[in-house]
Amino acid sequence: MIAIAQAIVNGVLAGAALAVPAIAFTTIFAVLRFANFAVAGFATLGAYGGWLVNTRLGVPAVPALLGACVAGGAAAVIVDEAALKGLRRRIRPGEAALAPAIASVAATLLLENVARFLFGNDPQGYDLPVFRDWHIGALAVGPQQLADAAIALVAMTALFLFLGFTRAGRTMRAVADNPGLAALKGIDAARVGRIATFAAGALAGLGGMLIGFDTSLDPLLGFRVMLSVFAAAVVGGLGSIPGAVAGAFVVGLGEEMATLVVDPAYRTAVGFAAILIVLSLRPAGLFGERTA
Amino acid sequence: MLAYLVQMASFAAITALMALGLDLIWGLGGMANLGLAGSAAVGAYAAALLGVKLGVAWPLAWLAAALLAAGSGAILAGLTARLRGDYLAIVTLGFAEVMQLAASNEVWLTGGTGGIPGVPAPWRGSLHGLAFDAAFAALAWGLVVVAALLLARLGAAPFGRVLRAIREDDTVAAVAGKRVLRFKVRAFAAGSALVGLAGALGAALEGFVAPDSFSALLTLTVVLALCAGGPGGVWGALLGGVLVTALTEATRFAADALPAVSAVQAAALRQGMIALALILILHLRPAGILPERPRAIPKELR
Repeated sequence: MIAIAQAIVNGVLAGAALAVPAIAFTTIFAVLRFANFAVAGFATLGAYGGWLVNTRLGVPAVPALLGACVAGGAAAVIVDEAALKGLRRRIRPGEAALAPAIASVAATLLLENVARFLFGNDPQGYDLPVFRDWHIGALAVGPQQLADAAIALVAMTALFLFLGFTRAGRTMRAVADNPGLAALKGIDAARVGRIATFAAGALAGLGGMLIGFDTSLDPLLGFRVMLSVFAAAVVGGLGSIPGAVAGAFVVGLGEEMATLVVDPAYRTAVGFAAILIVLSLRPAGLFGERTA
Repeated sequence: MLAYLVQMASFAAITALMALGLDLIWGLGGMANLGLAGSAAVGAYAAALLGVKLGVAWPLAWLAAALLAAGSGAILAGLTARLRGDYLAIVTLGFAEVMQLAASNEVWLTGGTGGIPGVPAPWRGSLHGLAFDAAFAALAWGLVVVAALLLARLGAAPFGRVLRAIREDDTVAAVAGKRVLRFKVRAFAAGSALVGLAGALGAALEGFVAPDSFSALLTLTVVLALCAGGPGGVWGALLGGVLVTALTEATRFAADALPAVSAVQAAALRQGMIALALILILHLRPAGILPERPRAIPKELR
């Protein structure tokens, strides 16, 4: 019983951290209509960017998260402009964007190896104050995990405010909703795409650093959590931001619950199972509309 | 030097065979498959386990490898073929990762990260050194030629025409009375079978399988081979297999020749080069070196 309650607590905390890169993936899908697998690479580069600010410049870990946002966002815009945009233009409307998706996998491998070339394969650690776990009854909660979840919630709230109450956010939703009509209204889709790409890269970078806090930092950081991130986005419905948040909690909880019965090494396989189940039963996901 | 070249010929054949499999799935069928490494792992481990643990003869083990890879491919395609291609890309990527995860963690079966040594290969007992390598290369290229002939035949047959029609517009194909889902699943299964067979060949050539070999890098290498050669036709896959093998070997020498670069950095440069080459090819020559030519309209329709 305690084990299940503990798994629920861990799952909710893990889900909050997972939601951040999942939102990044689904935002790019909503606005630019392709699966940008390079989100994994943005997370890795962001995590290293924040690590440099944290350990080399001596900035405390939480403000150093801004460094992760900038590094992830910059990586996303550079990769998109240089490697993906040109391929996206060749896609006919309604067609699945396969060439940019494949190029984005290559971009992830490229970014991973940029990190490997610069920083090596050895795991790095952040300068973090070490806390003892808090005990509430029989449950243990790590203050760091709790702080990570709180930071993730702040980032998500900021994104919702941006999308709901700023002009740039509203035009972004307009392009996601109906690109033709948005263009008719004089919205510059290319500019909106750049903003969405930067925002998504920044979120991916932030998410990558939060994951790095919890585990350790190495060039495969993004790739390791990639499957859980995609699972969260698919479970929630590709292109739906509230869906990605809900999906992240479903996948986070599912992974923690599954470790009660299977080897913890298979936690990311839970994400894959979730994708298969959702696609068989309800391909649109929890909140999605567009599937065809 | 000769022994090295003969071995490279075998590697090129294995890459070409995988590229032919991807050609059927992606070139003709228009379906993304980012899980080639997973299908190759299924084939390699099936052949290795059957050969090492049960002593099954190699032709049977290779056949089983192809069939198992085909079965797993059919399931993936069946689940996602009705959805937009993006979903298939996500699912196949996940499939490859889960296969690698299983290979690393089911230690009782796969030996974990240590892998399975002593995978049998044809003539390993009777031939040695260069004679073995040459015989293996001949067998591998023989299989490539058979697969290429079958694929060329299939591409010209009604099956290939329907598949191309589905690639261009599956609604039109469905309206024309074609059972889109069935064609997609069959093409995906047949392509995966070739990739699985190539995986089995690789395991036999190395005499060893380990999870490391089946990373996303393998998938991207094969995608690069097909894209560089030219998807949609048969020659493109063959040319691509040779070119990519030459490129990966050339980068090995180039990285080793660079001074002041550590082993890890050299490995990073090589992997980054493959990724960069794929991005460049997709931009500069999306139809490949040998682009697919539109088929002539039959006389009776002209």
